Amino acid sequence: MIKFFLMVNKQGQTRLSRYYEHVEINKRAMLEAEVIKNCLSRSKDQCSFIEYKDFKLVYRQYAALFVVVGINETENEMAVYELIHNFVEVLDKYFSRV
Amino acid sequence: MPAPIRLRELIRTIRTARTQAEEREMIQKECAAIRSSFREEDNTYRCRNVAKLLYMHMLGYPAHFGQLECLKLIASQKFTDKRIGYLGAMLLLDERQDVHLLMTNCIKNDLNHSTQYVQGLALCTLGCMGSSEMCRDLAGEVEKLLKTSNSYLRKKAALCAVHVIRKVPELMEMFLPATKNLLNEKNHGVLHTSVVLLTEMCERSPDMLAHFRKVRQLSSSQLVPQLVRILKNLIMSGYSPEHDVSGISDPFLQVRILRLLRILGRNDDDSSEAMNDILAQVATNTETSKNVGNAILYETVLTIMDIKSESGLRVLAINILGRFLLNNDKNIRYVALTSLLKTVQTDHNAVQRHRSTIVDCLKDLDVSIKRRAMELSFALVNGNNVRGMMKELLYFLDSCEPEFKADCASGIFLAAEKYAPSKRWHIDTIMRVLTTAGSYVRDDAVPNLIQLITNSVEMHAYTVQRLYKAILGDYSQQPLVQVASWCIGEYGDLLVSGQCEEEEPIQVTEDEVLDILESVLISNMSASVTRGYALTAIMKLSTRFTCTVNRIKKVVSIYGSSIDVELQQRAVEYNALFKKYDHMRPALLERMPVMEKITTNGPTEIVQTNGETEPAVLETKPPPSGLQPASQANDLLDLLGGSDITPVIPTAPTSKPASAGGELLDLLGDLNLTGSPVSAPAPQIAQPPFLLDGLSSQPLFNDIAAGIPSITAYNKNGLKIDFTFERSNTNPSVTVITIQASNSTELDMTDFVFQAAVPKTFQLQLLSPSSSVIPAFNSGTITQVIKVLNPQKQQLRMRIKLTYNHKGSAMQDLAEVNNFPPQSWQ
Repeated sequence: MIKFFLMVNKQGQTRLSRYYEHVEINKRAMLEAEVIKNCLSRSKDQCSFIEYKDFKLVYRQYAALFVVVGINETENEMAVYELIHNFVEVLDKYFSRV
Repeated sequence: MPAPIRLRELIRTIRTARTQAEEREMIQKECAAIRSSFREEDNTYRCRNVAKLLYMHMLGYPAHFGQLECLKLIASQKFTDKRIGYLGAMLLLDERQDVHLLMTNCIKNDLNHSTQYVQGLALCTLGCMGSSEMCRDLAGEVEKLLKTSNSYLRKKAALCAVHVIRKVPELMEMFLPATKNLLNEKNHGVLHTSVVLLTEMCERSPDMLAHFRKVRQLSSSQLVPQLVRILKNLIMSGYSPEHDVSGISDPFLQVRILRLLRILGRNDDDSSEAMNDILAQVATNTETSKNVGNAILYETVLTIMDIKSESGLRVLAINILGRFLLNNDKNIRYVALTSLLKTVQTDHNAVQRHRSTIVDCLKDLDVSIKRRAMELSFALVNGNNVRGMMKELLYFLDSCEPEFKADCASGIFLAAEKYAPSKRWHIDTIMRVLTTAGSYVRDDAVPNLIQLITNSVEMHAYTVQRLYKAILGDYSQQPLVQVASWCIGEYGDLLVSGQCEEEEPIQVTEDEVLDILESVLISNMSASVTRGYALTAIMKLSTRFTCTVNRIKKVVSIYGSSIDVELQQRAVEYNALFKKYDHMRPALLERMPVMEKITTNGPTEIVQTNGETEPAVLETKPPPSGLQPASQANDLLDLLGGSDITPVIPTAPTSKPASAGGELLDLLGDLNLTGSPVSAPAPQIAQPPFLLDGLSSQPLFNDIAAGIPSITAYNKNGLKIDFTFERSNTNPSVTVITIQASNSTELDMTDFVFQAAVPKTFQLQLLSPSSSVIPAFNSGTITQVIKVLNPQKQQLRMRIKLTYNHKGSAMQDLAEVNNFPPQSWQ
């Protein structure tokens, strides 16, 4: 199950966030900051799946933007990876010039 | 009032803010404007304001004052208003707010709206944040919409149904008839969401699962064949532009179907049978050049592993995983390692084939991959490959991040314990771990190691030499220092005498050894526990070394005033040993006997505190000063003669490792050096050397006073010995006999010693007596407890030997006790 969907830029500013489970507002900022810290500290040749607390993060970098999805164990990580790409492609097609 | 700015303007403005404070200021200003606008009940711009509010909410600012506005928007007739209203409802409202119930009526009306988009909005919102009351009210509507022919609505209704089922599981039955035709659709959207709905139903309720699995008359309506058919179409069909992702047709749907097949096929032979072919087909036909294909293959492998597939299929799956491992892409390798970990239990041999690749992954840069590879490597270690694997793992331990070291060290210990090909190799491995990752080793590994070292008698010299060399350079790693101090204390004489077959013996003098131990004591890096170890070791060396006893005395007396209470107590007691009880010192500080190995499953099994150990059948309480002259044993042997009786042979005097607590001194006062013999066959429990006074942990039997009659075992010359029996209710083959010795003569009997022997099939344990003097005129008794283990439930027999001083002369007698009541041994 997807727990949340985030689009965060390199400076840590959240551009889009959608939570599918209730998380307190103040906790959200903390969560986002930690998540982006984890993703930024990875190098290019490390794998895109991070184990964070009790769920997994799947992230993908597009220029200066990180798309991060939090999933639980039942989800296929690689399928979610593809989902992220699909989403970005849809945005690209719909809005052009993403 | 000027028209409120549009959302885009707002976003643009906020992005120009350079600091957090500036941003907050802007947002607060805008919030104030929005609030006043709401108060004015402005209909035209409400939707714009709410949109801005939602954006600010997403950035993390509170926006609860917009909730009612959302409701007003939902109630409006304009589609644009409704759209923002419902979005706001999804983001801001949930069951915690009381306001949400007001929405129910609106949603109900909108579910029956003429425009499908409005209906879609309502379904979305309900499926996102519907509470259980709302779901209960509106489930009927949802179900109706599930049956329409409009595919746009059907797919949304299916997802809404998933949410309803999650909130109110009892309503699952209601959706069952609607699912019959869901899979006949062509529209992939509907197919996808229907599969999700079916998955949710099957996961939640085993009844549903059984229902979907079972054979029905019309085979075309069976679930598994339907899914197989759909999957087949997806693979076989040519290029279809609307579903194509990198050359594969709708991979998301394929993955979903595979997952549902997994749930259906788990533990079910018929379903598994039906899907074997399609799984093989997917596995072989999917393109692996792109990530998409690999995602599908991954899901396929997971499914194959979970259902009852035939072995050919399983081998295929493991080979796919093996191929993944060789792939350059990190994601794929990570995924492969994770799946291999899951399957290593069941398909061990198949995974072994890929062992070398897995071991290579240990050297990868990625943390997640390294962790997985480490866990998998431990799972793969077996008797054949242990040497090679250990080499790799030790190298890994050297170079890995600190967060891994503790787990890796524990894993290595476990593996070494299970599969060590030789004692020397085992000890070498342990030493290597201690020197490389010494500070990360878990605390309970230390007693384990000590026990191991004690048990490998022939390696003592080698071990102590190596340990000595190891701490010569560096004594900061606590577990290493603890083990080394203990060993030096025990085997210091071997070290100094320079006998070692395995390695070049080094020349060490007693002073050098004491130097190193003293520096451990003084060093700031040593923990309190380590200092305790070192002090005890120094004390033990006082019996093993010949020329440095004075130096040892000096060291010990210095620490008598140490601030650390533990050290102070030890030092004071050792001092007392030197002064008052010097004659007992050698006996007390003798070598530790070989410890019987407790069945351990790993380093965590041995509890190290205060002698509370795992309850073995007979818990030994080590005797107080256990100095039994060997002659007594020989006497007993001679006297007993009968071949079926094993004498109670006192073991080599167990030296209480110098933890002469107050209890010891008391007993010494009473007993005058005669103690009771230790029962030989009873296993000795590992005694960590730094325990103080917990040694007398009497096992607490919940004894049932089973009313077993007591007997008089011996009655001669004024000495009467009675046996009373108790059976343990925790262990039916143990009988506890309490003897009471009384003296009816006019003079006391002193130095009374009671010894007993039982036939070979029994095991005997004598605990220490209450005293060694039986006062005259029956004015007092000596009590002593004997525990007999009688696993074969044979008739109890015993030979007893009594020695005592009476009327100035030494008396000695032998007797046989045969009159045990049947209840005591049956």
